[in-house]
Amino acid sequence: MEKTYAEVSVSVNEEGYLTDLSQWTKEVGNEIAKEEGIEMTDKHWEVINYLQEQYRNEVPLNIRKVGKSGVVSIKEFYALFPNGPLKISSRISGIPKPISCI
Amino acid sequence: MRNILILGAGTSGTMMANHLNNSLSQKEWKITIVDQEETHYYQPGFLFLPFDLYKSKQVKKSIKKFIPKGVDLVNEKIDRIDKENDKVLLQNGAEINYDILIIATGTDIAPQETEGMLGDHWHKSVFDFYTFKGAKNLRNKLREWKGGKLVVHITEMPIKCPVAPLEFSFLADSFFINKGIRDKVEISFVTPMSGAFTKPTATKELTYLLEKKNINIIPDFNIERVDGENKKIIDYGGKEVDYDLLVTIPTNMGDELIERSGFGDELNYVPTNKATLQTTVKENIFAIGDATNVPASKAGSVAHFEAEILTENILRYIDGKALKDKFDGHANCFIETGHGKALLIDFNYTQEPVTGTFPFPAIGPLSLLKETHMNHMGKLAFKWIYWNMLITGKHIPFVSATMSEEGKNINKKKELV
Repeated sequence: MEKTYAEVSVSVNEEGYLTDLSQWTKEVGNEIAKEEGIEMTDKHWEVINYLQEQYRNEVPLNIRKVGKSGVVSIKEFYALFPNGPLKISSRISGIPKPISCI
Repeated sequence: MRNILILGAGTSGTMMANHLNNSLSQKEWKITIVDQEETHYYQPGFLFLPFDLYKSKQVKKSIKKFIPKGVDLVNEKIDRIDKENDKVLLQNGAEINYDILIIATGTDIAPQETEGMLGDHWHKSVFDFYTFKGAKNLRNKLREWKGGKLVVHITEMPIKCPVAPLEFSFLADSFFINKGIRDKVEISFVTPMSGAFTKPTATKELTYLLEKKNINIIPDFNIERVDGENKKIIDYGGKEVDYDLLVTIPTNMGDELIERSGFGDELNYVPTNKATLQTTVKENIFAIGDATNVPASKAGSVAHFEAEILTENILRYIDGKALKDKFDGHANCFIETGHGKALLIDFNYTQEPVTGTFPFPAIGPLSLLKETHMNHMGKLAFKWIYWNMLITGKHIPFVSATMSEEGKNINKKKELV
């Protein structure tokens, strides 16, 4: 389905995750963050950039990997994106919901 | 004379030793397998041990018994792999050269990864059941436990046999009902995932069963630490869950020798091509079973299917032919649900578990994603199959290495993206 964020039309799935990262802009990310009740800071964007970079390199993401990334500790990650940081930050990043489990 | 070296004589390594011994000329190839242990455990039995459903002697046999004559079994701890020089260094200082290496060193629990998990309370009020010792100590505890808050907990994914924690919860419900103390036990299932299982259709079915059995689900719980003194687990978001008896699945990690060898991901799993099972470490190094990072379940059935395909690919590699991209992530798992019933799921990388019959369309005799007594009998029969067919590399009739769509109720509707 289609959704409009910051006057940009993007494709999203049923859970509200972008299905095409190339449609993402920082403004789109900011609007999604508002929906999640998060006010973005430089630190938040640093995490978002890291996640997008990992996704583009086809590296599967999990909480442990983010915690070892040098960008944030797991504790900080939770403080930035409370209650399910990887799911929320992935949505803001415009990347698919992580499947950390098989 | 050329050398094939297998590291680890568990389910995967033993299967490979048998397959290769049957397919390679003993004049041309010497097969060696190394393991530090002397006992081969039937790991699916660790689920039954705590509830006194299996006796401890039913789950252990000698490793030696399953390694064919003609294969050299070395009982020693492995120090590391020297991939540049195609050799493996053992802890006793010995070295083994290889032309082809197969890594089958599995995965193990790493409770030390979680703050406070180990301590005086370990195997007193906090237990694992993924080791023989843990399962046995938990059995002794459950024999005398009078009730309270039982918390079944997954630390982080991936774990070996991802359905085992659910099965443990179901069997616990059954166990306490039979003991007449179910009303004195509160069972909670705490998981870092968003639901009971990873795949949507199975999650729906399993959530229904958890609710029916009055087991609370606490999802999205990423543990930060165990507070053993006050008997609670605390997650990174500050959520707390109290327990009287904590049965946890600690972080699972690959063997430390992978880290010492200078490869492996953040959990010491070996980077492996998910379709060919050749590692990306070096072209003469292959990996199988729980030791790999392939996105399939870490389970004996997966290892069994991988073994058939890996054997074929190793023979192709020896002949200088291109490897087959054949492994599809096929897994086949029974899920014990208590009271003499079980579910069966059959799935792969792309096809999630669905309802249907297995292995024959309409006939079964096993039912997919549905609780039946027949499935439970299948699970019990599997112990015999494991010891007598599976690890000795015999093909299991009617069950192919790649997943079959026959008998499955697959919704062909294209996913909306």
